[in-house]
Amino acid sequence: MINSALFIQKKTPLILGILLLSTIIVSLGFGSYPIDYNRITEIILHLLGIGDYAVTLKEIAIIEYIRPPRILVATLSGIALGVSGAALQGMMRNPLVEPNLVGVTGGAAFGGVLAIVIGLAQAGTILLSFIGGLGALLSTFTLAKIMNLRSDGIALIMAGFFVGSFCLAGVGFLEFYDKSGALPNIVYWLLGTFRGADFTKLLLISTTTLIGLTVIILLRWRINLLSLGDVDAMAIGIDTRKLRWIIIIIVTFMVSSQVAVSGIIGWVGLIVPHIARMLVGPDHRLLLPTSALLGGLFVLGLDTITRSVTQGEIPVGVLSAFIGTPIVSFIFWKTKTKGWNE
Amino acid sequence: MEYAITFSNIGYTYNTQRWILRNFNGNIVKGDVFAILGPNGMGKTTFLKILLGLLKPTEGTIQEHGRMAFVPQLFQVSFDYSAFDMVLMGRANKVGIFAQPSRSDEEASMAALERFGLADMAHRPFHEMSGGQRQLVIFARALVAEADIIILDEPTSALDLKNQELILRWIHKLSREEGLTIIFTTHHPHHAHAVAKETLLMFGHDDYICGKVDDVLTETNLKRLYGVNLRQIDIDNQGEILKTIVPVYTGFHR
Repeated sequence: MINSALFIQKKTPLILGILLLSTIIVSLGFGSYPIDYNRITEIILHLLGIGDYAVTLKEIAIIEYIRPPRILVATLSGIALGVSGAALQGMMRNPLVEPNLVGVTGGAAFGGVLAIVIGLAQAGTILLSFIGGLGALLSTFTLAKIMNLRSDGIALIMAGFFVGSFCLAGVGFLEFYDKSGALPNIVYWLLGTFRGADFTKLLLISTTTLIGLTVIILLRWRINLLSLGDVDAMAIGIDTRKLRWIIIIIVTFMVSSQVAVSGIIGWVGLIVPHIARMLVGPDHRLLLPTSALLGGLFVLGLDTITRSVTQGEIPVGVLSAFIGTPIVSFIFWKTKTKGWNE
Repeated sequence: MEYAITFSNIGYTYNTQRWILRNFNGNIVKGDVFAILGPNGMGKTTFLKILLGLLKPTEGTIQEHGRMAFVPQLFQVSFDYSAFDMVLMGRANKVGIFAQPSRSDEEASMAALERFGLADMAHRPFHEMSGGQRQLVIFARALVAEADIIILDEPTSALDLKNQELILRWIHKLSREEGLTIIFTTHHPHHAHAVAKETLLMFGHDDYICGKVDDVLTETNLKRLYGVNLRQIDIDNQGEILKTIVPVYTGFHR
C-alpha cells in the first residue's frame, strides 16, 4: 500500500509534465479567434514547408507570433512563481510565505514602474525590477532582524507586509505624479497580464526561469535540510547562511523577471506549493519539480481562460486572486495546516 | 588516555557585564558517556552549543577529535518528513551541495533504522511517532553521519519511564559497542548514575565540578546544585550493587 503510494508520488512530476505539454498544445487553439486543431496542424505544416495548405496571414500571425510567446511566457511565469513559493516556504519553514508576502513582488513592481516613468527601455525595466525586488527582500530581512524575532517566524511576514506596503505606496506616488502618459499601461501591467508578450519577453523569462529552476532543482535536497531550522541544519554540517543567500538571490532573480514581463500575479506562489505538498508530500526532491509544473499549469490555465472566456481580457493577476483566495481558505480548512507542526 | 574533547578556560558572554560561562576546564575521554547536570538557566545548552561549534567561545580554547552529531531537545520538524527522510539527512556532509543522496546513502539510512528496530516504520511520518521512537530516529541519523561524538540535549526530558530506559540503554550500547563518545544534559541524577562514567555539575556560571560519577554525584553536591534533599541508595539487584540517587520530599503527609 505504502509502496504503491510512493510509486504514484514519484511519477507525479512526469504525469504533470505530460499534462503541461498537452495544455500548451491545446491552448494554441484558444483565444478571441478560435482555431480548431486540424487547422492548427495545417498551419504548422505550412510554416514548416511540409504540404501546401491555403492559410491566411492572420492565422500565420496568431500561430507563429502571437500565441506561442504568450503561452510560453505564461507557463514560465507560473513555473517561476510555483518553484519560488515552494523554495521560500521550505527555507523559511513557514506555510504563509510567498514572494508577494516577503516584499519581493512589491519591490520589483516599484522598480519596474520607476523605469517606465523615467522612460527606460525594456532592459532598464527588467534591471530596475530586479534591483527593486532584491532591495525589498533585504529590507524585509533587516526589519525582521531589528524586530528581534526569528527570521522564519511571523516577524518575517509582518516585515514583508510593511516593506511590500511601502513599495506599493511608492508605486502609487509614481502613478500620481506620472507625466509620461504611461499610466494606463502601468495600471494594466501591475494587475498582471500576459497581453503583449513577445519574443523579447520570452527570451528574458526563459533565461531567468531556466537558470533559476536548474539551481533550485539541484539544491532540492539541501532545502529539506534548511527546513529543519538553523541549529539542527548546522549540527549536521550545513552552512545555512550561504545556502539561504543562494536561494534568496535565485528567487529574487526569477520573481523580478516575472514581474518585469507580466506584472503582479499573486497567490500562485502560495497555493501551488500547498497543492503540490498534498500530491507528493513534503520532500523537496519531489515537491519542487511538482510545484514548478503545477505553477506552469495553473498560470497557463488562467491565461487561457482570460483570453478565451472573459470579455476584454480580465488581467490574470485579478483572476488568480479571485480563484486563489477561496482555494487557500479551503486548503487551510481541509488540512488544518497538516504537515506543518509549528 | 585519549580525549575526544578538551576545553580550557572556556568563557562565553553576550556582553562583558554578564558571563554565561567562565573558566571552564576539562577533558572528555574518548568512548565515555559524559553527563552534564545543572539547574535551568545555568548555561548547559550554551555549553553544548560551544562544544558543537554553533557558538564561538568569547575566551578559551576547545579541541575536538572527531565528527560530532547533535540530538536536540524536543525535536520538532516543520514538515511531514518520514523517519527515513530524517535519517537520510544525516548524510548531509557526505553529499555535495548540488548532489542528491546516492543509493548507498539510502542503504546506510535503512540499515541504521533497522539497527534501532524501526525499519517497519521507515515511511511513517516523523511527527506521528512516539517521543522515544523520535529520539531513536535522531540517534539513527547521528549514526549515519558517522559521528564519533554524539551530543544530546536532555534526551529523556519528555519521555515516559519505559522510553527513558530505552534511551539510556541505547546511550550505553552506542558507547560500548560503537565506541562513541556520548555527552548528554539531564535533570535526573539517577540517569547519570546509570550510564555515565564522568559528570559535570554546573553550580554557577563560573562554579562547577567535574569528575567520576561516584565522586561527584554525592548527596552534598546535589543538594548544593538543586537546593533539595537527596538520598544516595545502594540497591542489591541479585548480587549486583546498583547506585542510585533519589529526591526526598518531606512534610507532605502530615
